[in-house]
Amino acid sequence: MDLTTFLQNCVTGVSLGSAYALIAIGYTMVYGILRLINFAHGDIFMMAGYFTIFAITNFMLPWYVAILVVIIATVILGAAIERAAYKPLREAPRMSIMISAIGVSFLLVNLATYLFTGLPRSFPKLGFLQHVYKIGDVSAPVVTFITPVITIVLLFVLIYLVNHTKMGMAMRAVSKDYEASRLMGIEINTIITITFIIGSALAAIGAILYFSPRPMVYPFSGMMPGLKCFIAAVIGGIGNIPGAVIGGFVIGIAETFLVAVFPSMTGYSDAFTFVLLIIMLVFRPTGLLGENITEKV
Amino acid sequence: MVLKKSTKAILTTVLVVAALVLLYMLDNGVIGSSYTVRIVRLSFIYALIGVSMNLVNGFTGLFSLGQAGFMAIGAYTVGVLTIPVDLRPNVYYLKPMAEGLANVEVPFGVALLLGGIFAAVFAALIGAPVLRLKSDYLAIATLGFSEIIRAIIANDQLAPITNGSLGIKSVPGFTSIFVPVAISVAGIAIMALLIKSSYGRAFKAIREDEIAAEAMGINLFKHKELSFTVSAFFAAIGGGLLAAHLTAVDSNQFKIMVTFEILLIIVLGGMGSITGTCIAAFAITAGKEWLRFFDAPFFIGAWQVPLFRPGLRMVIFSLLLMAIVLFYRRGLMGTKEFSWDGIFNFFHRLQDEIRRRLKKPAREVQ
Repeated sequence: MDLTTFLQNCVTGVSLGSAYALIAIGYTMVYGILRLINFAHGDIFMMAGYFTIFAITNFMLPWYVAILVVIIATVILGAAIERAAYKPLREAPRMSIMISAIGVSFLLVNLATYLFTGLPRSFPKLGFLQHVYKIGDVSAPVVTFITPVITIVLLFVLIYLVNHTKMGMAMRAVSKDYEASRLMGIEINTIITITFIIGSALAAIGAILYFSPRPMVYPFSGMMPGLKCFIAAVIGGIGNIPGAVIGGFVIGIAETFLVAVFPSMTGYSDAFTFVLLIIMLVFRPTGLLGENITEKV
Repeated sequence: MVLKKSTKAILTTVLVVAALVLLYMLDNGVIGSSYTVRIVRLSFIYALIGVSMNLVNGFTGLFSLGQAGFMAIGAYTVGVLTIPVDLRPNVYYLKPMAEGLANVEVPFGVALLLGGIFAAVFAALIGAPVLRLKSDYLAIATLGFSEIIRAIIANDQLAPITNGSLGIKSVPGFTSIFVPVAISVAGIAIMALLIKSSYGRAFKAIREDEIAAEAMGINLFKHKELSFTVSAFFAAIGGGLLAAHLTAVDSNQFKIMVTFEILLIIVLGGMGSITGTCIAAFAITAGKEWLRFFDAPFFIGAWQVPLFRPGLRMVIFSLLLMAIVLFYRRGLMGTKEFSWDGIFNFFHRLQDEIRRRLKKPAREVQ
């Protein structure tokens, strides 16, 4: 592999990793607070892809309005799912709420198949994002270059939000001890809704950035990225926001290079992520940045 | 009220004989069509796979999502080993079959058993690291293994054995409906016996409280591994039956969605109820077919009802299942099993309730 190809792959990998990172944040935040793998998160991401198609291709909105509309629509969807499917099960065993999440995922996929048909829809071009840009010998659409920048900026905003605002403090309290924070007068349901809103907004941005360099969206296109991003969250240490971003980068870059270095392994690129996960779970179950949790009776 | 033992035995015999007669009539085309036969066959197969998943998820309390992978192992073993040798060049037309395998053709039963054993060995191997994980990590790790199995099967490097992404066609089908029914019933019976044994009680103890179970001297790992391995074995048997049912195998049949569908079957039936799972397997398999009219355009006079188009069926189906998950969390049976006493008591309670409802207004008149 010569230097140009190497750099080209670096750019692609980092860009893919940043999109993964944005989605992984949603998983890690929800898990931190509800101890729930939000299986529907990947499908919320897929729906955001469809929302973009509708906003731009069908309603002809200019791209900057479209992005705003997509984010709002996705946030409403995410918050509605939380209210309808997770809130009634707060006191239920964890397995029930996880099954509910799987049910929502199932519903969203079927709903998308029904509303938008199972045929892949082409993803629209978003303004200047698609212009091919060249740095040295490396050429890629603008979106590939700005994705990591957006991710890093959002990460810092989020870290500030969690560590230096009252709302962030409440979030940390809820994730530390659910009951105790309720006794301290924290509105648990509001905090959980806010968590879902942030997660969904990031998923919407992630969807626009992820789908832009790719041609198609179809009802199942949220499934694999969703699982991979959950794995990214686990690798980074679940419940830890910078960890999720690191995990996203690790998976994005590893996946890109696996395909680039061993083209015959292309079919295994999805499976490879799971291999990473299993290695991680066996050797360091708390993830790269995770804390140790001791189990009490 | 408790029924006499002899009454129960008579009722059970009547039920079994009726079922056998119905199956015999179905098999000989007296009632139903080949379509009905297919649905009944599929229901039995799903019941077997559902119970195998319930063994791990409902009875042992481990949230495993690897069923599709084990089914794939079973289905491919049956597919690869039972295609008639003279048809093989047509199936493996891109890459010829590996030399060692090209002339190996075994009877269906042997292939089925082999598939089960492969899956069980695989489950035992991955069980060692995976079963030490806690609930949701276990879910995602088993999901991962299931996806890895699928990726390996579909990959080109294995094409001389699995035919890669082309899948396997011309798998011999069933000669009679009794083959899948008998195998499914036998499998379910074996798992029911396991659950009734001391092992089964240990499984339930682990489900209720792992730490307490360990304190009572139950070897956690050994029992989890046993439950996981047996479950994988029967899931693979179910997968093998599915291969013969469809007379074709394709790696795309074993995506994560399949595991989710089976999960929804056991949720509907009740996590921890064998009979519940069987009832739910029939209800869902048949229900999915009956709801098919939602997919076709629907006319009232000349007016086409706008919502009816392909896909509506699955939306309604998933909404129903969400409703069960949210409002009826225990499913049809909860952790109870079907019993004649249960049925009679249910009708008695219903009778009492109706009587009370009827009496109430009368009292108000006085």
